[in-house]
Amino acid sequence: MEVQQHISQQYNKDLKSIKSNVLSMGCLVELQVQNAIYALLNQDQELAKEVSVSDYKINKMEMEIDADCAKVIAKRQPAAGDLRLVIAVVKIITDLERIGDEAEKIGRYAKKMALKEVAAEMHAELSSLGSKVMTILHDTLDSFARMDAQQAIKVVASDAQIDDEFNKISRLLLTHMMESPRNIKHMLRVTWCVRALERIGDHSQNICEHVVYSVNGKDVRHVHLNKPHQGD
Amino acid sequence: MMNKRSEFDVEINDTKGTPFIDNAKISARNVEVFYEKKQAIFNTSIDIGKNQIVAMIGPSGCGKSTFLRCLNRMNDTIQSCQIRGEIKLDNEDIYARQQDPVLLRARVGMVFQKPNPFSKSIYDNVAYGAKLHGLTSNQVELDDLVEKSLMRAGLFNEVKDDLHKPGTGLSGGQQQRLCIARTIAIDPEVILMDEPTSALDPIATAVIEELMIELSKKYTIVIVTHSMQQAARVSQRTAYFHMGHLIEVNDTNTVFTNPEHQLTENYITGRFG
Ligand SMILES: Nc1ncnc2c1ncn2[C@@H]1O[C@H](COP(=O)(O)OP(=O)(O)OP(=O)(O)O)[C@@H](O)[C@H]1O
Ligand SMILES: [Mg+2]
Repeated sequence: MEVQQHISQQYNKDLKSIKSNVLSMGCLVELQVQNAIYALLNQDQELAKEVSVSDYKINKMEMEIDADCAKVIAKRQPAAGDLRLVIAVVKIITDLERIGDEAEKIGRYAKKMALKEVAAEMHAELSSLGSKVMTILHDTLDSFARMDAQQAIKVVASDAQIDDEFNKISRLLLTHMMESPRNIKHMLRVTWCVRALERIGDHSQNICEHVVYSVNGKDVRHVHLNKPHQGD
Repeated sequence: MMNKRSEFDVEINDTKGTPFIDNAKISARNVEVFYEKKQAIFNTSIDIGKNQIVAMIGPSGCGKSTFLRCLNRMNDTIQSCQIRGEIKLDNEDIYARQQDPVLLRARVGMVFQKPNPFSKSIYDNVAYGAKLHGLTSNQVELDDLVEKSLMRAGLFNEVKDDLHKPGTGLSGGQQQRLCIARTIAIDPEVILMDEPTSALDPIATAVIEELMIELSKKYTIVIVTHSMQQAARVSQRTAYFHMGHLIEVNDTNTVFTNPEHQLTENYITGRFG
């Protein structure tokens, strides 16, 4: 969709630069998650360390974009599609920042743990979950870049896969812990990592919902609230 | 840009959104206005709800004032102006033969862009219409009415010691409130306002906006404004006009967060229309 130009060129520039800064932040977050997963799966301590010390960059970007959004609201009083974009951005960067936190967490655990020794048999499952999460995050950022509500809705639906996988791995971890209580400490670390990956999926889902709002003006969060309960 | 016109032509006939509502105070149907051969308003239909504030917005020359003036037959005073269609106030056709435009304008009052007090005292400015329409039977009642009207217009406390000084000596914001007091003194049902705050500073504007919201409890208000923020702040419904066409009418919230028509979106976001 070709965005029509504002009469005010500066307003155009302000909105464009907010959008492109969100995309840069998204790139950085994606890289952090990718590195965190790689470090975890391949026991790359160096990379794990890098992930855990790079999070501040994401936080800094969040604050800058936040300030830019406040400035545009104060100066331009955006309306309609512009207003929805700015509101969506403020929320999206919060979710991106949280994804960054989760990546940092994975990096921290990856530093402390040799996955191959403590849970070699979990490797395949973790790797599969990791790549699913990466795909979802990537598609999420893509749907924002192209303001593609259709794609965003698809991504939201695909989050169920992550939840399934998460439940499966949780059960496996529980079994391991019961079988070898000596390893519980390590297993708990793996559990936190799996949990972090699942959270990244949830935050991606949130971002997609903000994209849908920005494009269509429809709030698609908590749609289940409007449906009758299925019964337990 | 290229196919703008054809896109526009397709949707020209139906106003988007919800132009019609239950319990309308004013119902306009298929209104068309001409100045000689030049058509200024095309097939416009809209309901104005009782005790609502409806804002009319749109680019300069789109016909907002023209349409507003149809609602109390102010256009009758313009020789070249011809009106077609139907406008009902409480289900009565205001253009019916038996309607007296002077009485109609007492029911549907108007406040203009430039504060235009008569060159008389503050008291007489407010009392003038009431005397004309014989609304009071003695001096005490008239004093009462003047005080009550100035009170409602939020001006009484500022002028109570100067009631016999000329209205033209007041500040712009005070003059505009004086004009509002003059309008409500004849106890209208509807108040039309054409850019009532465009000559005022932000504080005087805020005072008038506050007053409008207060007045809407008793009166129905239609306001033409160039300030989209003002439309957003005071109105419940917003109507967008474009080149004589009523493009969209919706809840003000909807118009400013998620308008239905691309032309509305372009206008309120400040894009080339
Ligand atoms: N008395 C008149 N005689 C001839 N043409 C007129 C007259 N009044 C308005 N017009 C024309 O009718 C069209 C609509 O004018 P109108 O004043 O209703 O627009 P508007 O939306 O109120 O504009 P603005 O925001 O500038 O006040 C314009 O093209 C204008 O030139
Ligand atoms: Mg006008």
